[in-house]
Amino acid sequence: MDNKEKIVSVKDLRVTFEIKQSFLQDLFSKKQKIVKAVDRVSLDIHRGEIVSLVGESGSGKTTLGKAILNLVPTASGEILFNGTPINFKHKKEVQAFRQKAQMIFQDPYQSLDPKSLILDAVAEPLEVNHLVKTAEERRERTIKALEDSGLAPGANYLYRYPYELSGGQRQRVAIAGSVILDPDFIVADEPVSMLDVSVRSGILKLLLELKESRQLSFLFITHDLSLAWLISDRIAIMYLGKIVEIGSADAITKSSVHPYTQALLSIMPIPEVHRNRERNVLQGEIPDPTEVPKGCRFNTRCEHAFQRCFEEEPGYTTISSDHQVACHLATEVKHD
Amino acid sequence: MSLLTINHLKTYFDIKAGTVKAVDDVSLSLDYGESLGLVGESGCGKTTTALSINNLLPAEGRIVSGEILLEGRNLANLSESEIKKVRWNEVSMIFQGAMNAMNPVMRIGDQIAEAIILHKKVSQKEAMNQVKSLFELVELEPSRVRNYPHEFSGGMKQRAMIAMALACDPKLVIGDEPTTALDVMVQAQILNLLDKLRKELNMGIILITHDLSILGETCDKIAVMYAGKIVETGSVEDIYDNHFHPYTYKLLTAFPNIHKERVMPEAIEGTPPDLVHPPSGCRFHPRCPYAKAICQETEPAMTEANPGHSYACHFGGVYHG
Repeated sequence: MDNKEKIVSVKDLRVTFEIKQSFLQDLFSKKQKIVKAVDRVSLDIHRGEIVSLVGESGSGKTTLGKAILNLVPTASGEILFNGTPINFKHKKEVQAFRQKAQMIFQDPYQSLDPKSLILDAVAEPLEVNHLVKTAEERRERTIKALEDSGLAPGANYLYRYPYELSGGQRQRVAIAGSVILDPDFIVADEPVSMLDVSVRSGILKLLLELKESRQLSFLFITHDLSLAWLISDRIAIMYLGKIVEIGSADAITKSSVHPYTQALLSIMPIPEVHRNRERNVLQGEIPDPTEVPKGCRFNTRCEHAFQRCFEEEPGYTTISSDHQVACHLATEVKHD
Repeated sequence: MSLLTINHLKTYFDIKAGTVKAVDDVSLSLDYGESLGLVGESGCGKTTTALSINNLLPAEGRIVSGEILLEGRNLANLSESEIKKVRWNEVSMIFQGAMNAMNPVMRIGDQIAEAIILHKKVSQKEAMNQVKSLFELVELEPSRVRNYPHEFSGGMKQRAMIAMALACDPKLVIGDEPTTALDVMVQAQILNLLDKLRKELNMGIILITHDLSILGETCDKIAVMYAGKIVETGSVEDIYDNHFHPYTYKLLTAFPNIHKERVMPEAIEGTPPDLVHPPSGCRFHPRCPYAKAICQETEPAMTEANPGHSYACHFGGVYHG
């Protein structure tokens, strides 16, 4: 993969949030609570690649996506976009960056203004960036974006309102709005989880088409490992602010090493009769992110945890050139 | 005698545009300790079927005909004051989106105790003791009865909602998309919990969902609904491995199977029909790739494939060949 052009390169990134305390708590000098939402994450995304970020609620996957788009302040580390750090000083640079890096949100019922025509909603980025001069040009580019997003003929949708469209069509409108500026990179945050099963695959196919036809790169954020598997080149599994395993979609689903990945795989619902299937349903929930467990952060829920896991945080072990895992067991697996 | 038998239920809504035939001739049955999955796309009438059972229909809705027999007693004929005694005491519900179903400024224990006092006429202290044992039943720390909803995670709130549903020892619990808003791991925990409780307490469960893939773990029987009708019903094995209706087949192939080859599942083309003017003949024919002339003209009757397994299609199992 190294010979491929890197669109996004995240190095040792940390994003933290301070929890607001009352004046009294401050007065009695209670320790300031800090949430480490993203804790020393490194990740590369190449041109024309879809990387999925999979994890439970509170794993920090959305925060990481927002940090890459310069939407939340970072505590330390570096984010490069097309080789340039994104901590821009000038408004012009930020604006140029925003044109090239876009986001698609989860809920197409909330992300579209109910009182705005589809034409105005999709064309808004063109106007904000002063990229069109005539109404004709604006109309044509909007039609093109709609058609590229699977709403053909685009002219039929221009003068409609969101309430006239189904959930799947609305999400296509949102996608049209994010591709109209011809970006290099899109963060898609759970783009299909609000949609009926029968329309999901249409949206996923659209993302794959955009990837192929425009050499677009995606960071696809989801809690559903099987969606990630369908669409991704690579999958990163996130737990409590850290990537615990990353590899090709096949490596993660067929030869995962981390017990958390394996547990996620074992509970994925599948349309089969499987009464006696071995399922490893983890007990409890993701721990309080203000008090990350010492050692390996998964040790509170891991059935394989041994003494070392409670003392020392595991570093990354390379299983194959494209497959890394942060687990003390991995060193043993490798020797098998 | 089975726990619940629904015979030819029709529930319609009167709206400006006409009459919505949301549930149109639905029959099903459920035994003690049994669980039934009711599955279909948005707007197929699965929630309306459930709301008809304890008559929680909105003002526009009415049960037009049919019987809902709970232990032989027809709930469809009961007056409002009579059905009130059935709700929660005999039939309770777990709703989707537990996070919105609770009062944010009231302790969780008090909210559940309120329901118990209302139905069982016990003292506050006795009610709170019952809440604590319910918490143990759903695997929550009994000490957390004093917490407010914001102190609970989504999964814990859903457990509390289950505790509330079990408060009056119901015979039948209806879960309306009880895990849809939850993470996959929490979803698995909640489904396991419901399965365990059903066996321990010998109650019937109806699970309403659009996600056919979660039912293999937890259900005995599945009924597939489309446009207000049950199009196929049978054991989990019948539905997953030996289905006859093209819609069942389409629903099943809409899910990815992570343990098999990576292929993009096929979307079901088109959208569910308008139920004010449902399609003639078989209601699925406009979206069915195997439809022939007869499907437009004649509504298919329920055909038995094997005991306990029937389907409504003129060309059952056509896609196998």
